[in-house]
Amino acid sequence: MPTAIETRALRKIYPAPPARKRGGARTSTFAPRTAAPPQGVRAEGGGIAALDGLDLSVEDGEFFGLLGPNGAGKTTTIGILTTRVRATSGEAFVAGKNVRTEDVAVRRRIGIVPQIPNPDRSLNAIENLIFHGAYFGIATREAERRAMGLLEQFDIGDKAQSKVEELSGGQQQRLMIARALLHEPQVLFLDEPTVGLDPQARLALWDVLRRLHREGRTIVMTTHYMQEADELCNRLAIVDQGRLLACDSPTKLKALAPGDTRIDLTIDGDADAAAASCRTLDGVTRVDVAAPDILAYAARGGELIPALIRAVEQSGARVQNINLAKPSLESLFVSLTGRKLG
Amino acid sequence: MNDQHPTTAVFFAMLRRDIRVARRELPFFLLRTTLQPLMLMIVFGYLLPKMGMMQAGYTSTLLPGVLALSLALSAVQSVALPMVAQFGFSKEIEDRLLAPVPTRIVALELVVAGTLQGLMAGLFVLPAGRLIMGPIQGLALGNFPEIFLVMVLGAATFSALGLLIGCAISPQQIGLMFSSIIGPMIFFGCMYYPWRALDKIPIMKYAVLVNPLVYVAEGMRATLIPEIPHMDLRVVCGALVFLLALFWHFGQRGFMKRAIT
Repeated sequence: MPTAIETRALRKIYPAPPARKRGGARTSTFAPRTAAPPQGVRAEGGGIAALDGLDLSVEDGEFFGLLGPNGAGKTTTIGILTTRVRATSGEAFVAGKNVRTEDVAVRRRIGIVPQIPNPDRSLNAIENLIFHGAYFGIATREAERRAMGLLEQFDIGDKAQSKVEELSGGQQQRLMIARALLHEPQVLFLDEPTVGLDPQARLALWDVLRRLHREGRTIVMTTHYMQEADELCNRLAIVDQGRLLACDSPTKLKALAPGDTRIDLTIDGDADAAAASCRTLDGVTRVDVAAPDILAYAARGGELIPALIRAVEQSGARVQNINLAKPSLESLFVSLTGRKLG
Repeated sequence: MNDQHPTTAVFFAMLRRDIRVARRELPFFLLRTTLQPLMLMIVFGYLLPKMGMMQAGYTSTLLPGVLALSLALSAVQSVALPMVAQFGFSKEIEDRLLAPVPTRIVALELVVAGTLQGLMAGLFVLPAGRLIMGPIQGLALGNFPEIFLVMVLGAATFSALGLLIGCAISPQQIGLMFSSIIGPMIFFGCMYYPWRALDKIPIMKYAVLVNPLVYVAEGMRATLIPEIPHMDLRVVCGALVFLLALFWHFGQRGFMKRAIT
């Protein structure tokens, strides 16, 4: 199958913010909104590494998810792939075109749905689509035909002549998807498309995305919602601190999650000593420390709880709270990073 | 997907968008850009001469200055203000930044659209001035090609300045832009007085030369009312071309920095 996206050793180092820099207006939608990515890693030379050697490959027709906490480098990755952020080093290709040297050709082949809807507020809904079409060389009549079709498809056909402000958040998001599809791109990028939507609008959007995927489109989506990634994507890359931690189908990734069940114990006392004590128990496959929590993995799940509590108490600490987590993408993420998501 | 559609077609599509928006907002546009010049003309070109506090001939000095002011102000504002908002919070510009053309073309289109808006303001104020102030002594509209040349160069220079300002300031600093850049530019822009009248104050005469408005005002004077002593038209055009190149150079550089991080 042809490759829709390929990145090789992609790195992006943002300059470290000066100590007393004021004004946050210099960012774009596709660049991190804060001067420093919250979880970015300090790179040598004082910069902040948003991406640290990312290798990705997405085939045509895939629904590919980039999953990771805020600051993992997801938005920077999308920014580079959509030509709005320049990589510090490494290479990236979209639809076979180099994002750095063939940026115009890349832009012609992609559609982008931004994190926060950014419609042209001086134009009404359908004009947004028609002018977008004109930027891509589509004649007005043809653009109008496609625009009406898309608006109908996304249930906002009656809003064609409405001002953008009159559309709800979910409707604006659907207008953005219609716009991104108008020029029939080979690859559709969505950056956290469901953030800020109410549950109903989120489900409606999931339906739209599933349908687009069934029609054979290549979709690349970032999200920090595990469930969303699990439900929609047929392949997932888990990224954290600018690195790729795992990449596979959601089912295979979940199979990678250690143990059948994760038992989170919130400890009052020395978490390291408590973890050491728990490791001696039969049936416990692994214990990680994320103070004040310890995360124990066990095949027999809940049955081990009494034994774990005793082990913690033997170490001189006390258990304050217990949580059970079924094997999930989240438990995989926690086992890969030692941190919880989001 | 049409892989061959030319950059010029995208450029004109963006220009069409700006024209549609400008047409829709025409009353606000005229209010924003011409109210101040119209009031200046009413006070200095009509009321004060009527009261006998101004020489009647002063309107000949004032009209070119007010024309320069209105076209410069409207060009600089029509580029800088939307840009500050669109880069700063609404992000509306992103759809155009993601159009399949080199990013500089988007900046160029903004400057061209700003130039057109500057010209429009100028072409509105010229007859309005004549109506408000009555017959203007020495008005030479026969020089229309030269008048138009200065108007185009002046509007383009200020439009490019708008690009530079729009990239450089954040939404919180818009007020500052008016008080610290536009204000002094108006008062020291040889708008109320001809540049040659500064002969008696040589320091001022040369200091004001850093002000781009001086060249537009003097250029308007040289072409509209040639009998008033004025700066040589060749100097005016040379200076405007130089400033236009300078503002465009730094403006598009700033634009690229904002567009691609």
